[in-house]
Amino acid sequence: MLFKRNQENKTRRLMLKEKRENFAGYIFVGPMLIGLTVLTVIPAILSLIFSFTEWSFIAGLNKMKFVGFKNYVQLLHDPVFITSFKNNLILLLVVPIQLIISLVLAVIINKSVYFKSFFKVVFFMPYISSIVAVSIVFQLLFQPSYGPINQFLRAIGMDNPPKWLADIHYALPSVMIILTWVGIGFCLIVYMAALQSIPKDLYESADIDGASPWTRFRRITLPLVSPTTFFLLVTGLISSFKSFDIIKVLTEGGPSYSTSVVTYYLYTTAFENLKTGYASSMAWALFGCVLLITVFQLYGQKKWVNY
Amino acid sequence: MENSNKLWKTIITILLLILGVAFLLPFIWMLSTSFKPEIDVFKYPIEWIPRHWQGAQNYQEVWFGEYPFATYYWNSIKVSVLTTIISVSVSSMAAYAFAKIEFIGKNALFVLVLMTFMIPSSSIIVPQFLIFKWFHLFDTHLGLILVGSFSALGTFMLRQFFMGLHHEFLDAARMDGAGQRILFTKVALPLVRPAIATYAILRFIWTWNDYQNPLIFLRSDYLSTIQIGIQKFAAESGAFYSLIMAGAVSAIIPLLLIFILGQKQVMEGIAMGGVKG
Repeated sequence: MLFKRNQENKTRRLMLKEKRENFAGYIFVGPMLIGLTVLTVIPAILSLIFSFTEWSFIAGLNKMKFVGFKNYVQLLHDPVFITSFKNNLILLLVVPIQLIISLVLAVIINKSVYFKSFFKVVFFMPYISSIVAVSIVFQLLFQPSYGPINQFLRAIGMDNPPKWLADIHYALPSVMIILTWVGIGFCLIVYMAALQSIPKDLYESADIDGASPWTRFRRITLPLVSPTTFFLLVTGLISSFKSFDIIKVLTEGGPSYSTSVVTYYLYTTAFENLKTGYASSMAWALFGCVLLITVFQLYGQKKWVNY
Repeated sequence: MENSNKLWKTIITILLLILGVAFLLPFIWMLSTSFKPEIDVFKYPIEWIPRHWQGAQNYQEVWFGEYPFATYYWNSIKVSVLTTIISVSVSSMAAYAFAKIEFIGKNALFVLVLMTFMIPSSSIIVPQFLIFKWFHLFDTHLGLILVGSFSALGTFMLRQFFMGLHHEFLDAARMDGAGQRILFTKVALPLVRPAIATYAILRFIWTWNDYQNPLIFLRSDYLSTIQIGIQKFAAESGAFYSLIMAGAVSAIIPLLLIFILGQKQVMEGIAMGGVKG
């Protein structure tokens, strides 16, 4: 009898404890969940709804008109959107270039120089600096007639140096140069950490077998950093799709849309041309691209990464 | 053998040093230009060390002239500090719960948080803007701070660290009758302090450099942060390049200081996130 009551007390206490744990759990995650719901989840749903409407936010909610997939169909026939999307695809090229340069630098800094941490800081500086300030500096450096870069090119005998940001053919490559310069530091730091986690004895036994530095790099370093390469590739591709600041400050998409990207066209459509519905369909097209890369990550990881 | 190794290492160090200087030339040019009189800005060959110094006037003009740089600065400091504090508090609480508390629906909620991480910020700025208009948060610092404070990233990062804590620490305190509030503030938080510092520094840097959110969610000039301020200054003050460079230097310097002070934390935070993927 007494034993049974004890048992009952025990279960009741356990249940109470469980309840209290539940309660504590909700209190702890509550603020974050409420914030994310109001500021991310609901906006995402709203933007999906808007994308099926023809509407301008200054007109008031009662003016909203549902038009089905019209906005999405229009996207496919909108030359500015197509150009912007193409530019986004070209900008993706920055990612592999960055990876190659930063891996080479990481290998050199890791093994063959003094003052390692000094070099890490040097190459990391552009990444930490504000993209607005960096863009403004490069605007002047790339200035076609009296900017330092072209003055230098003329001084070494180039009669007609490119007009960089002012030329429709050179503007996008100029943006890519700046993006590469900004992003190298991040990849470098991540690669350095990966290199440091490779066991030393692998290299030692390769030395005993008389492997050349190139063979060691190809047979040991490259496969062992492949998870890192894959991670940097995926995050790089995603953040490349999201880049907005540099285009807005540096070129405003010009000259004649040669540097326009989806995020920038979305911004002008929403806040300058005030087409909320149409801009929202771009928002979801953008989200779709990011999702596609994420799916590629989930499936690709198993296939291409050598652990 | 040993000596030739050292020689090689020295040679490569010198070569890399040259490359490093070349890499930083845009910054060096920015810095030196900010100290020049306007007329010397585009002189060629470039005067890396200004022949005529006009730094004091330039910086004075930028800071106390027509554009309220001091106000922009103060706004940036206020927004960055408050965003960092709120973000660290909210993220660490959620991260602790996801790592160490058992509650019904935990996994589903965590997946929800994970999913919000994938949504690009550009995809939701329009509805966010409207929600802020409806709730009168548009053109306020509070709105800007709220947007920056709730990100899934901090929750992921810190959750990893809380998961790494051994159960014995928490169990011992629990035996003494401590509730989750005490466990969190007195036991778990102090143990992950380095991780909190890393996240706080990164969040501060990201907020300080943020351009898109203040561009969308603020309108009044007196509320502008430094990024908006310097862009306006560059766009409107036309050909005063030495002044623009002084502004750019002013926008970068405080971050550089924080980065150099918290260098270890920043690098480790980034490396860790990267290697773990």
